[in-house]
Amino acid sequence: MAGNLKQLSHKPERLVSGHRMCAGCAAPVLVKQILYAVDVPVVIANATCCLEVTTSVYPYSNWKCSWIHSAFENTSATIGGVEAAYRAMKKRGEIEEDVRFMAIGGDGGTFDIGLQSLSGALERGHRFVYVCYDNEAYMNTGIQRSSATPLGAWTTTSPVGTAIAGKTRPRKDLTKIVAAHHIPYVAQASPSNWKDLTTKAEKAFNVDGPAFLNVISPCVPGWKYEPELTIKLAKMAVDTCYWPLYEIENGQYKVNYKPKEKKPLVEWLKPQGRFKHLLAPENKHLLDELQSQVDREWEELLKNAGES
Amino acid sequence: MSGERFLQGNEACAEGALAAGARFFAGYPITPSSEIGEILSRRLPRVGGKFIQMEDEMSSLAAVIGASLGGLKALTATSGPGFSLMQENLGFAAAAEIPCVIVEVQRAGPSTGQPTSPSQGDVMQARWGTHGDHPIIVLAPSSVREFFNLTVRAFNLSEKYRTPVIVLADEVIAHMREKIALPAPGEIEVFDRMKPTVPPEWYFPFDDTTEVPPLASFGQGYRFNVTGVYHDKAGFPTMRPDEIEPWFERIFAKIEHHLDDIVEVEREMMEDAEIALVAYGASARSARSAMHAAREKDLKVGLVKLKTLWPFAEAAIDRVARKVGRIIVPEMNRGQVRLEVERVVAGRARVLGVNRYDGEIISPAQILSAIEE
Repeated sequence: MAGNLKQLSHKPERLVSGHRMCAGCAAPVLVKQILYAVDVPVVIANATCCLEVTTSVYPYSNWKCSWIHSAFENTSATIGGVEAAYRAMKKRGEIEEDVRFMAIGGDGGTFDIGLQSLSGALERGHRFVYVCYDNEAYMNTGIQRSSATPLGAWTTTSPVGTAIAGKTRPRKDLTKIVAAHHIPYVAQASPSNWKDLTTKAEKAFNVDGPAFLNVISPCVPGWKYEPELTIKLAKMAVDTCYWPLYEIENGQYKVNYKPKEKKPLVEWLKPQGRFKHLLAPENKHLLDELQSQVDREWEELLKNAGES
Repeated sequence: MSGERFLQGNEACAEGALAAGARFFAGYPITPSSEIGEILSRRLPRVGGKFIQMEDEMSSLAAVIGASLGGLKALTATSGPGFSLMQENLGFAAAAEIPCVIVEVQRAGPSTGQPTSPSQGDVMQARWGTHGDHPIIVLAPSSVREFFNLTVRAFNLSEKYRTPVIVLADEVIAHMREKIALPAPGEIEVFDRMKPTVPPEWYFPFDDTTEVPPLASFGQGYRFNVTGVYHDKAGFPTMRPDEIEPWFERIFAKIEHHLDDIVEVEREMMEDAEIALVAYGASARSARSAMHAAREKDLKVGLVKLKTLWPFAEAAIDRVARKVGRIIVPEMNRGQVRLEVERVVAGRARVLGVNRYDGEIISPAQILSAIEE
């Protein structure tokens, strides 16, 4: 499968240095880990997002592959068109080569405005890998809440004040929404567990149909923490079971990593400024609610995987 | 909030909406308009209003339309790409005659364009972006204070004429800061929509014997049908030409018969002018500065600032055409308002554009050199 670090270091880089992501951004890290899994040419459709903006600043590009940015709401439709054209050309013998297709967007472009386009492409069965790098808010436009923002998190449109203490609604379970399309491969991953992520990407690129990767992507300005904590926070999200690593292969759930000791959620929240108010005694009920949501979802996942 | 404040344009817009009585905002973040939603997410709950962040711009305007039918003054704010997604619902609001305000802070386009750079490229989109003939009112602020005033005015016109109104700002006005004195609540004229007083069985929400039929709120006791399909006076779908034509005539007449109330222009130094600058939004500021520079050189230049872009200020431009030999239209596009000016002037004066569409604002020097040509 993914091989060891030394082997990965010899793989061609498809997202190269010089981009303008913030120091400590997880997105380019996870994109590189995913693209290590493809040895054949890959075409990428990129939704409007931080990754798009910062990797294509005129007159430079950080992408060493074909790359399209179309709009915010339709990256899956765009890659669907490319993939359909490729299949037609291949059938006519106009293309010999094997080519892979990937669409990528943030949580806003995937959970919200891009959901219709994603759902359509999954249902039509295009052979492509959709990657959502989930930083849990609209970071590119200045940290507004998205439907991936967790309960209680501060954003500029879910402010903390006397009326509300951050977002009042829980996040949407996108991985399960995608799984409900009964596509061959769906997985949740984290850049902290690089081998797991690269292995999942390899599986995703190799299935004959749509595949989906939901990857947590800590964001320094949006989550409000020190840049050196990025991978640690990604790891803590996994160890607290806030972001379990699992996959659904042809309908079969598999939990890829079970922490020896499931850490309390507060350990993950503490370093993040966006949750600061949850540590105040008057918001204890929110913290408890958030913890019990995580517990519930973890139990449900174990049940789905036949492990409880 | 009233008194002297140092405000950003988008803040002034949010204050204007609150002052006009807006109590509902549904929107989707997009640069350079996001601050309007951010501010209203904090302010609206404090005055018993509602802020909702939607999953995209289509649903944002749809929710605004729903809230307006529920009886609240409602707005959304967006920029070009989001405004493109709103077009279907904009036509719906025009056809179903639902008061609502859409603030569009223009950025460089088409497509993603340059999110943080100014433009005035959406003038024609604001007029004709949705399909089918339809009436529309579009206002263009050129200062922070005007962004406040025109947002209030947008609500008033929207309520008065039962029509969507667009505040077409630009990135410069939205993000610049100016000291402004906000009026106290009593100092602002606020217009609320007419509500029916007849018994429910007599109520016709699209009655064509009056220009602007009163609009009942859902839940007020009047059961009625709302649809984007051509409809009769009760709101039910119709295919009868004798019902469709009067309805069409009425929704245009309600605007066209009140141009004096709706179309607002400001004239400066036009008394002795031989050259007129016709400008709006951020470009009007550069135009004004160029006018003063030209006056210092004894060039007789005046300014006609358009605060209403649609319906187009035909009467005001006609007056200019009869007076001056040369009209200069500076705008951050390839000449969208210039086309309208040319149509009205019809060869009576030379009409020239000063255009810029590289993401930069037009400088007074550029306009001055066009004056001196």
